Amino acid sequence: MNRGHASRANLMPGTLGIAAATAFLILFLSVESQAGTAVLLLGGAVFVLGAARFGGIARMRQSFTGNEGAMNLVVVAAALLLTGFFYDDHFTLLLVATVMIYMVAALGLTVQFGYAGVLNFAGAAFFGIGCYTAAVLTRNTALPHVLVLLAGGVMAALIGALLLLPVLRTRGHYSAVVTIAFTLLFKTFLEVNDTLGGPQGLRVDGMNLFGWRFNDNIEIGETLELSFFANYVVGSLILLALAFAFVRRLERSWTGLNMDAVRLDETAAACFGYNISRWKITAFTVGNFLAGLAGAIYAMMLGFIAPTNFTFGDSLILVSIVLLGGIGNPWGIAVATTIVIVLPEKLQIIQEYRFLLYASMVILILLFRPLGLLPRPLRSYVPGWQPK
Amino acid sequence: MNGTAETLLAARGLTKRFGGVVALEDLELEVRRNQVLGLIGPNGSGKTTFFNVVTGIYAADGGEVTFGRDTITNLSAQAVYRAGIARTFQRSRLMLELSIFDNIMVGNHRRLNQGLWFNLARRRAFRREFQDGFEQARELVRVFDPPLADRMFEAVGGFPMIDRRRIEICRALISHPQLLLLDEPSAGMTHEETTQLMDDILEVRSTFEGLTIIIIEHEMGVIERITNRCVVLNFGRKICEGTYQEVAADRLVQEAYLGIE
Ligand SMILES: Nc1ncnc2c1ncn2[C@@H]1O[C@H](COP(=O)(O)OP(=O)(O)OP(=O)(O)O)[C@@H](O)[C@H]1O
Ligand SMILES: [Mg+2]
Repeated sequence: MNRGHASRANLMPGTLGIAAATAFLILFLSVESQAGTAVLLLGGAVFVLGAARFGGIARMRQSFTGNEGAMNLVVVAAALLLTGFFYDDHFTLLLVATVMIYMVAALGLTVQFGYAGVLNFAGAAFFGIGCYTAAVLTRNTALPHVLVLLAGGVMAALIGALLLLPVLRTRGHYSAVVTIAFTLLFKTFLEVNDTLGGPQGLRVDGMNLFGWRFNDNIEIGETLELSFFANYVVGSLILLALAFAFVRRLERSWTGLNMDAVRLDETAAACFGYNISRWKITAFTVGNFLAGLAGAIYAMMLGFIAPTNFTFGDSLILVSIVLLGGIGNPWGIAVATTIVIVLPEKLQIIQEYRFLLYASMVILILLFRPLGLLPRPLRSYVPGWQPK
Repeated sequence: MNGTAETLLAARGLTKRFGGVVALEDLELEVRRNQVLGLIGPNGSGKTTFFNVVTGIYAADGGEVTFGRDTITNLSAQAVYRAGIARTFQRSRLMLELSIFDNIMVGNHRRLNQGLWFNLARRRAFRREFQDGFEQARELVRVFDPPLADRMFEAVGGFPMIDRRRIEICRALISHPQLLLLDEPSAGMTHEETTQLMDDILEVRSTFEGLTIIIIEHEMGVIERITNRCVVLNFGRKICEGTYQEVAADRLVQEAYLGIE
């Protein structure tokens, strides 16, 4: 039973790291004053740098690669713990669910940019397509909400197909420009389109999955009442887990390899039979689907959507998450989304200069840590597999 | 000796221009099955361009290329690979941030199941194909360098030039092509490394029965050692062909090429 022992010891650094991160997040989300927030932030940064300096991060990484299933459970447990701690706090739970939903969308962009190298500056637009699809379908049809979620993704993927032709002709960063234009167009289209509510936007029904009504507060016994946002946290967590598993699998297959090959060297790939467009189309479609899916649940959670949610700036946020996290690394996405979404909610000064801050963050990352905070590890097709 | 008489690849009147530069002019070239053809000539004489036109990277401006019984002139790069021609690049074009295994599997593209459903949902079947692919790739790398075969999941960017060349040749060979095009495999390597790599190539030839090779090389020692015949280009035209001894003795060749060395 030596092996069981070794792997348990190996779980420790990862579990401790997650525990520390959870404790920190709980503190950070609880503190009210701006000064307190700033002090915590500084302390957290020093702690992480210290841990990295003494090999703590590397050991955590080993825990994660060595015991994937177990570590995934630890992370889910930590997320639930955090949710439990803020059980009646609408604002915080809304924020937690928002972070998870953005993670799903950012995973989509990772497939596009991190794997296939297709730069998409229309992330917010595809997210928005999911939102509006959910709004129209929940208000006007009796479609079950699981299908509404899927429809959000499918609509985003379909409308994305309109951009395929220009996106595939990637001379230089032509595709980036096309997607930027699309974002601007999308917002304007929403603003002048009265059936979609124009600038005022649309109301969206709350989610109802097989009789599980997300917009009701949860009563446990006589005294305990959980915020209804706890439903959305759990719903988003399920969606996120599925998206995460999907992206993982994609990466650990020939499909993932194909996307990498197309990103890294189109000429060489063509000389080994690659249909370059096929893999770019696959990545673009999958990514837009995930963004649309995320948008659909987001709209149902907010209950109300308007064109101002889907600006070029919002697309930029998604791109900066992907760059910051570690291009192509799903765990990196998790860390980066948390930082990018939570920080401005807690620090007003950041809220005001948000885009300036993101822009400079992206530039700094590209200059000093081009692989992102958590660089992507080499592909392992079958976790735990060893050559004989 | 009758198996060797059959022509595998032939170019007839092949012409390629880049603006005013005539990179290939009316080129006639043949390589027979099972043979190693050396393609030599001074810098800029059109050797790489010949590979690029054959493999579908550039379209020819005139002439035709046949492969076995098929005409492959101006087919796409993908179709040329599927027909059974694989190549290496003068400036090694490996994917440096991917592992050795990943890079070799890129070369195996036509033999792997590329269906989305297979890759995402049928994990058990995928695992088997992965295991097979791994064993084949490791076997192949062993022919070149046994220690390298124990490091299949390390990034290619961390290996020296000679290993990269080996990996690139493995990438081209893994799909069992009929014709292998090697563009200056010794570029950027020391004399000893070059000798080693040539031993490897000879070894590969005995392992892969029926493999035909066209090799572009500046190192005359290499050409002498491994080719059956040579074609010499100058300014995109064939100025001479024959065995290495015949070619080396040719006055035109000495003027155009050996004189420069
Ligand atoms: N893509 C291109 N665009 C313009 N000119 C090109 C291109 N590729 C090759 N050439 C020109 O065609 C000629 C032949 O080049 P090529 O690369 O085939 O020579 P080479 O024999 O491989 O030389 P080297 O020994 O230096 O590799 C050169 O004059 C070169 O400048
Ligand atoms: Mg050349």
